[in-house]
Amino acid sequence: MRLRYVVPALVLVGLVVLFAAGLKRDPREVPSPLIGKPAPAFSLAVLGHPEQPYTIADLKGRAVLVNFFASWCAACRVEHPFLMRLAGQGVEIIGIDYKDSDADGAAWLARHGNPYRTVVADPQGAMGLDWGVYGAPETYVLDAAGTIVYKQIGPLGEEVWRDKVAPLLGAGP
Amino acid sequence: MIPELGHFALIAALVVAILQAAVPALGVVRRDRRLMAVAGSAAQTQFALIFAAYLCLSYAFVTRDWSVAYVAANSHSDLPLVYRATAVWGAHEGSMLLWMLMLSGWSAAVSVFNRRLPPDLVATALAVLGALSIGFLLFILLTSNPFDLNFPVPEDGRDLNPLLQDPGFVIHPPMLYMGYVGFSVAFAFAIAALISGRLDAAWARWTRPWTTTAWLFLTCGITLGSWWAYNELGWGGWWFWDPVENASFMPWLVGTALIHSLAVTEKRDQMKAWTVLLAILAFALSLLGTFLVRSGVLVSVHAFATDPARGVFILTFLAIVLGIAFTLYAWRAPKFVSQADFALFSREGLLLLNNVFLVVAATAVLLGTLYPLVIDALNAGKVSVGPPYFNAVFIPLTAPLAVLVGFASAVGWKRAKAREVWKRMRAPAAIAVVLGLALPWLLGHPTKLVAIAGGMLALWVIVTALQEIVRRVRARRDRLQGLTQIPRAVWGMTIAHLGLGVWVLGISFVSLYSVEKDVRLGPGQAATLSGYDFLFQGTEPRRGPNYDADHGTVEVRRDGRTVATLTPEKRLYHATGQLMTESSVDHNALRDLYVALGEPIDKNNAAGDWALRVYYKPMMRLVWWGGFIMAFGGLVAASDRRYRLAKLREAATSGAEAAA
Repeated sequence: MRLRYVVPALVLVGLVVLFAAGLKRDPREVPSPLIGKPAPAFSLAVLGHPEQPYTIADLKGRAVLVNFFASWCAACRVEHPFLMRLAGQGVEIIGIDYKDSDADGAAWLARHGNPYRTVVADPQGAMGLDWGVYGAPETYVLDAAGTIVYKQIGPLGEEVWRDKVAPLLGAGP
Repeated sequence: MIPELGHFALIAALVVAILQAAVPALGVVRRDRRLMAVAGSAAQTQFALIFAAYLCLSYAFVTRDWSVAYVAANSHSDLPLVYRATAVWGAHEGSMLLWMLMLSGWSAAVSVFNRRLPPDLVATALAVLGALSIGFLLFILLTSNPFDLNFPVPEDGRDLNPLLQDPGFVIHPPMLYMGYVGFSVAFAFAIAALISGRLDAAWARWTRPWTTTAWLFLTCGITLGSWWAYNELGWGGWWFWDPVENASFMPWLVGTALIHSLAVTEKRDQMKAWTVLLAILAFALSLLGTFLVRSGVLVSVHAFATDPARGVFILTFLAIVLGIAFTLYAWRAPKFVSQADFALFSREGLLLLNNVFLVVAATAVLLGTLYPLVIDALNAGKVSVGPPYFNAVFIPLTAPLAVLVGFASAVGWKRAKAREVWKRMRAPAAIAVVLGLALPWLLGHPTKLVAIAGGMLALWVIVTALQEIVRRVRARRDRLQGLTQIPRAVWGMTIAHLGLGVWVLGISFVSLYSVEKDVRLGPGQAATLSGYDFLFQGTEPRRGPNYDADHGTVEVRRDGRTVATLTPEKRLYHATGQLMTESSVDHNALRDLYVALGEPIDKNNAAGDWALRVYYKPMMRLVWWGGFIMAFGGLVAASDRRYRLAKLREAATSGAEAAA
């Protein structure tokens, strides 16, 4: 068996090892520069209650999920049943109605159900801009001090919840 | 009921595939003709079963059976019939079923058209194909079953991805899969040759038409994919060096190398081990492409729903199949050493060079594709490798190939005389240089060095290809007879090379002279680009079967004369809520005029100003024509009578051997 004929087999072994390592990773996982930093301040109002302000101070004091959603966002519809389940288990989720009209957002919640403890209106996307939102849905996990400890881009699902988010909240199913 | 039948047909096909792999293998070991003969009928039965399963899934789509999860996820009650029928391959599960249909189709074809080959070789090849079927069927049944049911049954489907609702998409994936899967035949023949230890000119002759056929489908598939992206993605691009595009391009490069090395193996009985390696590699890269697309290890615009379980399955399958293949190769290939001497300045020498360039190019593409994965695995961060890398590496590697192609028919086998070659080549070389210099000026473009070089290469390829035909016609006293006596293999080669020339010309000009502009236009306003006035006449609302559209009208004028009226659209698909840009193109051989509607400047006023993108793309069509001409050349070459006659002769001799 001459050596050069073995080369293809060796290359294959190398590639398989590489792919096996690659399978464990998520190439879409983009680390957010805000992780480990205090969540940026904002001053908005509760959806449907313009007189009732909601600010960064309201997010402090306990670990909380902040979920950016919108009535125009198809993937939010995909994520929605899972959020409903979490809400049913008593997880506190604050919804940010992102770049959406109040009427549309409220109608969407009325039709599909409301998993949020509080819904905050961000019609101009100002808060989303400061928080580095790429597009809805995105979910931020904040600890009691208001520090961002995790960010999920795209729909939140069972797997991410179990492996990443639930341990951070120190609770969960 | 029907979906259950489809599911059952898949399970039955798995059982038949196991028989197809095991029984003939046993037959080869025991030299039992009857056991070997099982291979053919098993392959045909398997094809029938998979076809039945495919029909069941199509039926579920056409009848809007939302109880099937896959149908509900990829169709909608308003979806037009043609897209309901083609939505079968609109996502992962169904496209794996289509893949399987092709694989069993190729196996059945091998069993039908190769009845006259040595029975042990056919039996081994079909057993290999059967083993591949087992792997893919298990993959479908265990991780990607398109017949999985939905409960509760939804009221309506979630609709086919709007990007895929385009005629280009209707034929692109089947063509591509025919190509990918077609290389499995060459692979199976290569394994059979390694196992039997017989690898001769006859083997190369059997393998050639199969390889060429797979290659021509792959060529069509890639070309259609490029055309589709251009029309549908709305940013005027036609090749993105996306991992999934690369996944189809790498087997194409290696498959092209294989076609050429098979010629050497057939004519000169040389480069045998190398040819076998290429046959394995072409299919290996097809498998690798499947893995990359479906496992989600790489980020790509071709967002298939990814699932780690699928990635693990394909990786394991790939490791087993290729592990066995390369081990066999390491063990048996050293036997295939030929004694004949090898001169570099000869047709085989040039074909070897061709192979080196093609394989190095494929390796460069592979490295660029996998580099982000390597960096990520080393925890060194996230990177993406873009067009600058690929263009910088790829163009210097392919330019010499174009030069080599010109010598294809002028340099003879064994040993060529440099003086004779020079005598034949100087006229085409002169034409290419002069015309190449003049071409940008003739077409009214500014002179650019790279465009001139590209034009020269392209003309060199085209002129030398034509010269071969002229020479053959002139060689006869009766010109017409001269024309009809040219073998199809020569026609095929010439046409394919001509296609390459056209392709190079198109790429050179479209990459260097394209002009694009983002403009803001109100109704009645115009933008000017490369001498064309694009007059925007506003938009009007239109209703499609499953979408609402803003239908724009843009009149294109040159020197006050209307040359085209373009109608780009912005569509909102109801079910998915996705916005799609439907660009509009006017084209002829020399240029494309392309308009895409962006957004209305004021979101609530579609009657006001719009953002538009306008493009002028010279010779854009030539890129695709080149691809299709190459594929047509493959078709002509694969249909050469020689293969059919040779098979008969081969059968006669091997029959005589068996009798003796």
